[in-house]
Amino acid sequence: MDRQPRSLQVLLIAGLAALTVFPFVGDKFYVDFATKIMIMALFAMSLNLLVGYTGLVSLGHALFFGLAAYTLMFVTPENQPAGLFSSLAMAMGVAALASLVVGLLVLRTSGVYFIMVTLAFGEMTYFYVHDSNYLGGSDGKYIYVRPVLELFGWKPFDLENYTHFYYVALVLLVFVYATLRVLLASPFGRVIVGIKENEHRLRMLGFATLRYKLAAFVLAGMLAGLAGWLTAAHDGLVNPAMLSWHQSGQLLMMVILGGMGTPAGPILGAAALKLLELLFQGWTRHWQLLLGVFIVLSVLFVPRGLAHLFEGKRFDGKRRE
Amino acid sequence: MDPVIFLIQVLNGLQYGLLLFLVASGLTLIFGIMGIINLAHGSFYMIGAYLAFSLTRPMGNFWLALAAGVVIAALLGIALEWLVIRFLYERDHLYQVLLTYGLILIFEECRSLIWGDDVHGVQVPAALAYSIPLTDTLSYQTYRLAMSGFCLAIAFGMYWLIQKTRLGMMIRAGSFNRDMAQSLGINIGLLYRLVFALGLALAAFAGMLAAPVSSVFPGMGNQVLIVSFVVVVIGGIGSVKGALAAALAIGLADTFGKVLMPQIAGMVVYLLMAAVLLWRPTGLFGKT
Repeated sequence: MDRQPRSLQVLLIAGLAALTVFPFVGDKFYVDFATKIMIMALFAMSLNLLVGYTGLVSLGHALFFGLAAYTLMFVTPENQPAGLFSSLAMAMGVAALASLVVGLLVLRTSGVYFIMVTLAFGEMTYFYVHDSNYLGGSDGKYIYVRPVLELFGWKPFDLENYTHFYYVALVLLVFVYATLRVLLASPFGRVIVGIKENEHRLRMLGFATLRYKLAAFVLAGMLAGLAGWLTAAHDGLVNPAMLSWHQSGQLLMMVILGGMGTPAGPILGAAALKLLELLFQGWTRHWQLLLGVFIVLSVLFVPRGLAHLFEGKRFDGKRRE
Repeated sequence: MDPVIFLIQVLNGLQYGLLLFLVASGLTLIFGIMGIINLAHGSFYMIGAYLAFSLTRPMGNFWLALAAGVVIAALLGIALEWLVIRFLYERDHLYQVLLTYGLILIFEECRSLIWGDDVHGVQVPAALAYSIPLTDTLSYQTYRLAMSGFCLAIAFGMYWLIQKTRLGMMIRAGSFNRDMAQSLGINIGLLYRLVFALGLALAAFAGMLAAPVSSVFPGMGNQVLIVSFVVVVIGGIGSVKGALAAALAIGLADTFGKVLMPQIAGMVVYLLMAAVLLWRPTGLFGKT
């Protein structure tokens, strides 16, 4: 497993400790906001698997996020909660199936074609959802009750409680982070990183690279589905904007700003971008102008992302270029 | 289908296709020659439409506004290339996508600050503001025919510029081998700036032409951008000839999709793209 710079490790552990106690001191608004950041971080980690590790720049990742969200809306009965495990399995299953189909098509292309084709598939689904009355059209639909977990009459937690939701998101974030780290250190992980470095060479070595890329694509799609399910459950609302390419664009920004190809980058990026948004929104109605300027400047001046700022000279771990 | 209605749909499809070609050819030129993937291309289509809206009345004439708008868009393009785009030539496509995505946000908000968020209309120029009767009840707008004519003229003009002139020769040399062209004394920096300005001027020109028939509204650039991407992918990235063929195919497919299969009209162009990619992953005229 690649070691992370010591200062970043310290920051992550301190961050985890702070997140663990945060609901005891924070207002409801900020606890909810932190929940949203953690969900976005999860979503960004799934894209990082593609962009940062496999070298596949997808501009249509919101497709799987949105499909999973709509699945939760679809399986939630009127005024009754959906089952937590069943709805989550359905949502991630739909996302996995969609990413398998889309993956088989888009992975035939590479480079700029891949960027444009993923964008086009995302937009295709966006327009389909946008124009479908049974999915709520351009307004979307509400989910009035959050999913419930009930094991033989016992409820371990209640998602309607914002603190409980916060801890569920935190546990999932830590779980997915740890899983991805283990996965990337495994032979499978070494192969997909190898694909990013030099796909030709891996193919010459006898790896069926397409299968690995497809596996990474489906896994990333499923994780995006998890984030989509969480977002729909949290906001109680689904709308076509969840599938739009602005969602994918902002997600890509989180990954790059945090530092692509680093385990903690997406978390840093999601937090930084969400906090900036909150700040800008407090200043002006035209906050997207400031966000745009910020994106342009950070691409020009911090292209390698925040996580790389922690790499001091004393860091002797393997550097990935 | 009634033959007259069929004819009208074909004309509409060709007109939409030719308009798409103007936008997509700029996109494909900028990519083919400079290696830049420019998401902000659609913003210039939108800027063009808004320029047509606000210049037509003070200048008193749609055609004068058209000329002025092209000049403004080209100047904006030159400034943009100098300010940010020139730092992207050596960078990965990923950064180009992100930076130009940031530019879209900036242009949309500037549009909101300058023109507000309302929908506007532009009058069809007086000289073309009549319709050609086809039957007792059906007719076709002269302006739409004129639009197609304009787009065709531009297409021929581009062919002539790239294939027959000295500047075109330099452009082709620059796209083939940047360093070699430079060492032969071609000013690549200047050439790129011109190509970028030309591409954006084409997009703005398309937006201005479209303004009288579509309306002028926020977000109109994004719609066109995504469809233009589909055109570029189907035609083969960097191929102007491919862009023309694909644009016409998309224009017709979209128009007939809306008539024959209204339920999935929004998806038709993407399904066409998926089919082409299954058959030829680098597009119709793309290099493998």
